[in-house]
Amino acid sequence: MVNTKIDLCGIELSNPVIPASGTFGFGYEFAALYDINMLGTFSFKGTTRDERFGNPTPRIAECNDGMLNSVGLQNPGVEKVISHELPLLKQCFNKKVMANVSGFSVEDYAYTCERLNSQDQIGWFEVNISCPNVHGGGLAFGTSAKNAAEVTKAVKKVTDKPVFIKLSPNVTDIAEIAKACEDAGADGLSLINTLLGMRIDLNRKKPILANKMGGFSGRAIKPVALRMVYQVYEAVKIPIIGMGGIESAEDVLEMMLAGATAVQVGAANLVNPFACRDIINSLPKTMEKYGINNLKDIIGGAHNG
Amino acid sequence: MIKQGFYKVLYNFQLAPKIFRMVLEGDTSALLAPGQFVNIKLDGKFLRRPISVSDYDEKTITLIYKVVGEGTEQMSKMEAGTVLDLLTGLGNGFNPEKSGQKPLLIGGGVGIPPLYNLCKELIKTGKKPTVILGFNTKSEIFYEDAFKALGAEVVVTTVDGSYGVKGFVTNAMEREYDYFFTCGPMPMFRAIEEVAKTSGQYSFEERMGCGFGACMGCSCKTKYGNKRICKDGPVLYREEIVW
Repeated sequence: MVNTKIDLCGIELSNPVIPASGTFGFGYEFAALYDINMLGTFSFKGTTRDERFGNPTPRIAECNDGMLNSVGLQNPGVEKVISHELPLLKQCFNKKVMANVSGFSVEDYAYTCERLNSQDQIGWFEVNISCPNVHGGGLAFGTSAKNAAEVTKAVKKVTDKPVFIKLSPNVTDIAEIAKACEDAGADGLSLINTLLGMRIDLNRKKPILANKMGGFSGRAIKPVALRMVYQVYEAVKIPIIGMGGIESAEDVLEMMLAGATAVQVGAANLVNPFACRDIINSLPKTMEKYGINNLKDIIGGAHNG
Repeated sequence: MIKQGFYKVLYNFQLAPKIFRMVLEGDTSALLAPGQFVNIKLDGKFLRRPISVSDYDEKTITLIYKVVGEGTEQMSKMEAGTVLDLLTGLGNGFNPEKSGQKPLLIGGGVGIPPLYNLCKELIKTGKKPTVILGFNTKSEIFYEDAFKALGAEVVVTTVDGSYGVKGFVTNAMEREYDYFFTCGPMPMFRAIEEVAKTSGQYSFEERMGCGFGACMGCSCKTKYGNKRICKDGPVLYREEIVW
């Protein structure tokens, strides 16, 4: 019998599979499809201080082996998340959830995390400093080591829960930013967010997305994600949640070998709402196939020494 | 409640230029209302293709779709026996209970198909629907006879006047009706909104990511908050729409 358990900053997960923020809502709608308590945890929809509608539509464009989105952090705002979304989640999910938070200033991030900190069901914070779809916010913090550190410090001040910083791949040196977050007190790192991309409609001869550019995700980005997780693993000691193009148990193993302690599944949920369930179900036999008894033993296994 | 399952193509043939009719066999238990849609996985395509359900019974689903890109082109070439991975039971669908005795069903082009099952339901419950089918020209007409066979009064409009009433669907709307249901392109919706005399339901289209409410790709603003076309729609009530 193989062991799929992992430890994420002191909280044990039955398996490392986590639906990524923005692909799983606040969970309860997926609970109508299958028992979501089989998940390790999930990262809820990116939450900001105030309600946001997001960007104009079209917000979705298909690509070869992936997709672009320019949703732009649509969410009901932190107060409604507390009063409406989390109570609904509590009825169908008895594990800790990961709170994904975004903002437009250091104060925004700190405010939203402080408001959410009192919620018992929240096990970790995942601070998104890498949304490519919102001007003047998000990504502006994720592309500068100094700003990334500043957000990290501000959030750490308002919570004792573990704080993961979600990093952008749209940078020259992701390891430098990862290190700055670690030095500023981050308990872990999530990577990668989407890659900034574009598609153009040949009939209209204009960008497909109303926002022109959007975040590229899906299986096509897996090699980039693996490379970045591998590089960050060499640069820091804190745990990494790896993501980018994950859609099978094999992908999970590959990401963990690169250095991830847990793995998020994003775009695959949008193609198959049962993707995480299917990955979790096939994880034991895939581990057996590759001679893995204890999943946590393979974390970072692809590195030398 | 959405379901994922595998469906066998029974028939797939052309009805009009670029318009095809595909009948699939499989579990239809997730379909609960006219105007819902399915999301189809295609080889080599990352995202599924959302297609409205034209009709369904205990074991078959009928889709009428237009070839508008690579995905629907691929579908148009599928032969009987092909097996497809579908998500079914998506979207809210029309609410026929609001129809009154004499509802108007207004379809434009490839917006016509989801009105077929609605028309069938309305007639089954003793209603007297009038169906207005809008096309550009005579050669594009499909399903006029199918609606007539259900027992509905059918009016066809063509933009160039080559068949039926010349002009747009709104040229055929000067009549008595209790309620309306419509599906078609946005310019048609705007024209209907100008002249409609009663309450009604509009079925919208938008580029979707997932089709089941997870990605927020197809959101719109309504008078009662943000809605997702795929999950809270595609059918919105006239009273809630922000134009």
